Amino acid sequence: MKALRQIAIASVLAAALSGLATVAASAQEADAPPRQHWSFSGPFGTFDQAQLQRGFKIYREVCSNCHSMKFLAFRNLADPGGPGFTEAQAAAIAASFQVTDGPNDQGEMFQRPGKIADYFPPPFANDQAARAALGGKLPPDMSDLAKARSTEWGFPQFVFDAFTMYQEDGPDYIHAIVNGYSDPPAGFPLPPGGQYDKYFPGGAIGMPKPLSDGQVEYTDGTPTTVDQYGKDVAAFLMWAAEPKLNARKQLGFQVMVFLIVLTGLLYFTKKKVWHAVLHDPDLYQH
Amino acid sequence: MSGHATYQPQSPFMKWMERRLPIASLVYSSFIAYPTPRNLNYWWTFGGILSFMLGVQIITGIVLAMHYTPHVDYAFNSVEGIMRDVNYGWLLRYVHANGAAFFFLAVYVHIARGMYYGSYKEPREVLWILGVILFLLMVATGFMGYVLPWGQMSFWAATVITNLFSAIPGVGGSIVTWLWGGYAVGNPTLNRFYSLHYLLPFVIAGVVVLHVWALHMVGQNNPTGVEPKTEKDTVAFTPYATVKDAFFLGVFCIVFAWFVFYIPNYLGHSDNYIPANPSQTPTHIVPEWYYLPFYAILRGIPSKLLGVTALAGSIIVLAFLPWLDTSPVRSASYRPLYRQFLFIFFACVVGLGYLGSQEPTGGYVVAARILTAYYFAYFFIILPLLGLFEKTKPLPNSISESVLPPSGAKS
Repeated sequence: MKALRQIAIASVLAAALSGLATVAASAQEADAPPRQHWSFSGPFGTFDQAQLQRGFKIYREVCSNCHSMKFLAFRNLADPGGPGFTEAQAAAIAASFQVTDGPNDQGEMFQRPGKIADYFPPPFANDQAARAALGGKLPPDMSDLAKARSTEWGFPQFVFDAFTMYQEDGPDYIHAIVNGYSDPPAGFPLPPGGQYDKYFPGGAIGMPKPLSDGQVEYTDGTPTTVDQYGKDVAAFLMWAAEPKLNARKQLGFQVMVFLIVLTGLLYFTKKKVWHAVLHDPDLYQH
Repeated sequence: MSGHATYQPQSPFMKWMERRLPIASLVYSSFIAYPTPRNLNYWWTFGGILSFMLGVQIITGIVLAMHYTPHVDYAFNSVEGIMRDVNYGWLLRYVHANGAAFFFLAVYVHIARGMYYGSYKEPREVLWILGVILFLLMVATGFMGYVLPWGQMSFWAATVITNLFSAIPGVGGSIVTWLWGGYAVGNPTLNRFYSLHYLLPFVIAGVVVLHVWALHMVGQNNPTGVEPKTEKDTVAFTPYATVKDAFFLGVFCIVFAWFVFYIPNYLGHSDNYIPANPSQTPTHIVPEWYYLPFYAILRGIPSKLLGVTALAGSIIVLAFLPWLDTSPVRSASYRPLYRQFLFIFFACVVGLGYLGSQEPTGGYVVAARILTAYYFAYFFIILPLLGLFEKTKPLPNSISESVLPPSGAKS
């Protein structure tokens, strides 16, 4: 029986392992984005206001020419935990955008300067207009972009990531994409209108290289490099996707302290209550 | 251990009430005086944890429903509104989404504990079958809940899973059309999934009442698998089980809070932050982690009908466990062979889960088939035969004997 059992165990395991061993690495895997340091990572991470303001500048001057951000309103720029604009500044930013309103009393749609309650207007009237203007490519909406992209890190990395609280796949990916442009490797079949980016799945990305050194002016002395632009715009997009991150981590700390104290007290209560059961001399007599 | 007395109403009001609706004595006998085996370990705290999670899901779910719009054009937007504009909406949604995962985590521990200690055996067959029904209801509820945010993964999961019914010969196509309420996954599908996702948790709550009723009829199993014989083998539910359950619920909540507050999207799929798009298939459609083992079984089998049958069978077979396991000994602690095969079975389910998350190509499919074969062989070959041939260890005479030093060791 014992031999039979061992044979059974061995054959099941061996067969399963040999199956796994023959797995072919799937072709066309993009490079994993290098992990960056983010101010908002970890249990006490918070957004860096100056970085969000720089990121917003990049979004406004570069990204917003093609990418919409439809779930964000101008008022969000003044929300706590965000880029920290004052309400007046947010209203001024809103007024610099033209939004479509209407219909008016004549039944017509009209353009007016944005108000603080307006949502960010899209750069194109609809998806078809975007495709027509951009050679058939549709730039994704940026509201949730930093949560809508991730990397398969595989076993055992994904287990470690649960303990180290790694949740920054999206910003790492955005930073990597901005920095990943290069000439394609020899023999790479680049489709017409495509660019090569080693971090983009498949390698051929429709977006032309969006940022180059010195393109966006910074007033606070931060280096104007693509690497820095990538970090700033990725941090801004993380805020856009997860505007309540600061509040979440702050409440999380309070909840954790409460739960740990409560559970500790329950542990000692349990010990005391059960002490009698485990040590009552009555129970030993027979 | 004086907790076995019946409830004696003290105040005039409770005396008056007791003669009309004896709810106080029901609560007293079920949750205070109820005798529980004194040797229960922490694996027994997951029943209470599951009740807690059901409550969490129902409460957060009801509030989320106040802000959610079940329409293909607004569902995704309304979820974003919850995350961005509803006060503490992000908390409600992250608790609800991660709560589903932790609900399943707890139910898997609960099922595994039942399998390890033979809790399904006579006289607890009905209790066990009610548990399998609860699990099936959870699977259905969880699946429909995942569809509601109407992201890419919601839409394509709904498409893949509802399409499984088309494998049924003859009527399959009609069943799928009927499930969809149309000729593709669309607004009618989302509407009925929302309706059922709101309904089924209350059905679950009803079956939980039956499950607890059946439990209180036959009493709890325990790590020895030997029934309590004297009062000395048991302790009163309150305070003993209550405080132990409460402590471990606290531990469970710490892990839960870790996910909710620090890695709320760890268990989800990033594609579900992209609105559903019927004309663009994601490169890799995967269900939530708690369905992955069953998904691996489904994909490992080349015939669609056989695959669907195996998928359904892999859960249904649990209901027959009391009769497939032929051994009279309950606890794996006294069944050395069974214990080993059971641990391989657990490893096999985890392995299937991993394979379910990978692309179904080459060696992964072969591995999934081998593990699927073991999954079913465990129930249909190993368990029935093991009971006939296995030499079990001697059982203790009583629970007290198993937990206390031999008499005479100390006076």
